[in-house]
Amino acid sequence: MNNMVFMILIIAGYLILAPVAGFFLEGYDRVISSRLQRRMGPPFLQPVYDLIKLFEKQAIVVNNLETALVLGFTIFTIFSGCLFFAGGDILLVFFAFSLADMFLVLAASSANSPYSSLGSQREFVQMMAYEPMTLLTAIGFYMCCGSFNVSDIINQDVPAIVRTPGVFLGYCFILIIKLRKSPFDFSTSHHAHQEMVKGLTQDIAGNVLGILELGEIYEEVFLMTIVVLFFIWKNPLSYVLGIAVALLVFFIMIVVDNVFPRVKWEHMLVSSWGVTLSLAGSNFLILTMLKIARI
Amino acid sequence: MTIAFILFIFTLLISVSVYFSRDDRVREGIVTAGSIVMMVLDVIFCVWAFGAVNDNTGYLVYLEPESSFVGIFNHVIIAGEIFLFLLISVLSIIHGKLYCIILAFMGTAPVLWLDFTGQAVENGPMLRFDSLTILMFLVVGLVGGLICIYSNGYMKDYHHHHTDVGKRPWFFQSMLFLFLAAMYGLISSDNISWMFFFWEITSTVSFLLIGYTRKEEAVTNSFRALWMNLLGGCGFTVAILYNTFVYKNGSLIELIGMGSDFKGVVIPVACLAFAAFTKSAQMPFSRWLLGAMVAPTPSSALLHSATMVKAGVYLLIRISPLMTGTLPGIMVTTVGGFTFFAASLLAISQSDGKKVLAYSTISNLGLITACAGVGKPAATWAAIMLLLFHAVSKSLMFLCVGAVENATGSRDIEDMHGLIVKMPKMAFVMTVAICGMFLAPFGMLVAKWAALKAYIDSNNVLLVIFLVFGSATTMFYWGKWLGKLFAVLHQSETLRDIIHKSEWYVMYMLTGLVITLCATFPFLGSIFIEPMLWVEFGYKAGQIISSDDVRVMLMMLIMIALMPVLAMFLIYNRKEKMTMSYMSGANAGDDRHFTDAFGGIRPSYLSNWYMEKMFGEKKILVLSLAVAAAFVVVLMILSVGTGIGGGFR
Repeated sequence: MNNMVFMILIIAGYLILAPVAGFFLEGYDRVISSRLQRRMGPPFLQPVYDLIKLFEKQAIVVNNLETALVLGFTIFTIFSGCLFFAGGDILLVFFAFSLADMFLVLAASSANSPYSSLGSQREFVQMMAYEPMTLLTAIGFYMCCGSFNVSDIINQDVPAIVRTPGVFLGYCFILIIKLRKSPFDFSTSHHAHQEMVKGLTQDIAGNVLGILELGEIYEEVFLMTIVVLFFIWKNPLSYVLGIAVALLVFFIMIVVDNVFPRVKWEHMLVSSWGVTLSLAGSNFLILTMLKIARI
Repeated sequence: MTIAFILFIFTLLISVSVYFSRDDRVREGIVTAGSIVMMVLDVIFCVWAFGAVNDNTGYLVYLEPESSFVGIFNHVIIAGEIFLFLLISVLSIIHGKLYCIILAFMGTAPVLWLDFTGQAVENGPMLRFDSLTILMFLVVGLVGGLICIYSNGYMKDYHHHHTDVGKRPWFFQSMLFLFLAAMYGLISSDNISWMFFFWEITSTVSFLLIGYTRKEEAVTNSFRALWMNLLGGCGFTVAILYNTFVYKNGSLIELIGMGSDFKGVVIPVACLAFAAFTKSAQMPFSRWLLGAMVAPTPSSALLHSATMVKAGVYLLIRISPLMTGTLPGIMVTTVGGFTFFAASLLAISQSDGKKVLAYSTISNLGLITACAGVGKPAATWAAIMLLLFHAVSKSLMFLCVGAVENATGSRDIEDMHGLIVKMPKMAFVMTVAICGMFLAPFGMLVAKWAALKAYIDSNNVLLVIFLVFGSATTMFYWGKWLGKLFAVLHQSETLRDIIHKSEWYVMYMLTGLVITLCATFPFLGSIFIEPMLWVEFGYKAGQIISSDDVRVMLMMLIMIALMPVLAMFLIYNRKEKMTMSYMSGANAGDDRHFTDAFGGIRPSYLSNWYMEKMFGEKKILVLSLAVAAAFVVVLMILSVGTGIGGGFR
């Protein structure tokens, strides 16, 4: 029973604190990006103002199906996050996330406009590019911790990073795609320089867009938490280490975003599959050989 | 046990009477009534057999070799084999494909010789039923019966649209029932020669159905299917000969009983696996299944997705205890895993609905094959689950595509744009079927998940890599199909529903089956699959998917079911502005036309991505076939070599 209460507390904490962390990351992104571009930039709380403004706006919708699907995206994103923080099966968490993503792409497809449609096709390609690596990340945790459950992964004697550095680097690589950072921001982008107007989210407006942005904030926090998870072991202090590394990784993402121009989708697909195969694949080969050798 | 016999004879009788009723009304009546009776008999038999299965052995034996019936059956089978051989020979001579006669002779003659000289060994049970057989009976009976009912309406429309095709629906439907009878025989046989006879019937029926239209393309494709399946049959024959002369054994259960530690067993296992590859269209033998798509859709749904191609993986699942860590096991997992990945890549570049389904079938069969080859209870559990989910979802997909083709005149995925507006009911059914194929928390994904765990636990890095990349590409081609269905076209009208009522009933029933399977799979696993695994492997699988995860997935199912309600609540009573989609210019009245720079009105066309340059058939088909062929050849030689030399395993 005590366990149950604890779990509910954690989920409640996630629901409330994740947006705070997400807004922090977004603000951090905005400020650092503007500094890198030698401009003043918006205030740190600008993402919060943006979202509030979106929710105050009237929704302009192209069809009701799209609204329902966007809602599905946000609900399932939050649900998957809850599952993760409740200590659930990490593979199932990733499956639930891909279900949420599918809702988003279908929302864009349902709009039936040139840019939305192109955005949805590009998002499918992006999903195809990062999916193998996300699954391998989950498997990586399993191989060094002997369990898919997040609750077991955080109670190890050594952190996962010690055995899976290749997987970690591979994960950081596909994080660029997942966070919609240049050079891999095809389907939609947070920047004004997006080539396809707004791509994926083009026909979504007003408070519906607000719902979508909220979902993306939860997703961002989850993605960065996976980075933290690589560095956690029994020691409570490891959380500090993990968060520090996550912030560093996020900083590198921002720099990458500002330094690299967008590449072609073929390039993204080939490079992310190549990175997955070479870094994570070789990591697995070594781990398996060690496992067999030990027996 | 007489029920099983009645079921078999009854299905044969329906087949014969359908063939001789040339009047459409009468024939359709017989087909509908016959299918319903067959399904009822099937369910009665399964319930009875489930109760009667021996608790100690986990199976039910029927027809011990001493039984006087066996002699009669043997005569019938010999006559049947000769008839099949003559039929194939005559057709091959007519169409000038003499190599098929050679293959048929090589496959049939040695078995006939064994029978005539009395060297055939009958040591185990002739027929054997366990919980896997019962599950297969349910799949064959229920899915098969439903497809037969569907074929009534379909064939009527088919001949309405294809006036250039000679009208022989009686032949078509009669073959469907004959095939069902053969499937019943195949899954209940334990005697390898008997199984081989039914195996050859399914090959021949498939050949006849592919050639149904008698057009040039159909004939070419049917002979391709025939020679590949006959070649597989030769593998089967070698396994029978080896078993007979080396072990004095003719029974599958005795063969399984030898265990994977026994070195000589690699030869029959490798030969049976080879036969299974051809039947289940594994690379490099995958091309016949693509060609089989020229046949009318009910045969694609029944033979080429739900049942006949499952015969191969069924055999692999049966012999999977013999493949634990052996060379044939490595061959089966490698070829299966590779086929899963390569076929799903090839599916990306296809826009013909049936071709996508064909590649996806090959790909999923590859996954099942790979699971069976691991030879661990958990992997075999996943294989059986995949088999079940795939049979139901994929046959539903085929029926949908067939109905859409009859209603709109096209089965191209591009033409299904906006199906949710044009044919909302169809879009719903298709969505369930597609989600059932790849999305959490639906069926196939659960099995894929179990497969992934089993691969990791067996330390097979290559298979894990194939699986994760294959699921990414699988998601791509299903996802973009789903996106096509979901496009909402403004000012578009619902098409008139010209699909027959009986077809709708069948599709709804199958949709219900998909959803039921998703909700009840843990129950199915513990009642049907785990006891069978325990018998075959001698040890328990352990927990495959924990009850916590099952609960989470049920929660997700409920949430998805509640989504429309929630959305209604949100949309209801809200003052929002409806608008047209942004066309990057002025919309010309709707969201399919825009005003161009010269003031003219132009239509816009939204296409999916097919990536011909990267994943086109021209680019990678030959390469993947060559790689798979190399795997098969090298590992077959190694297996046979080790079997003879008794060297390393």
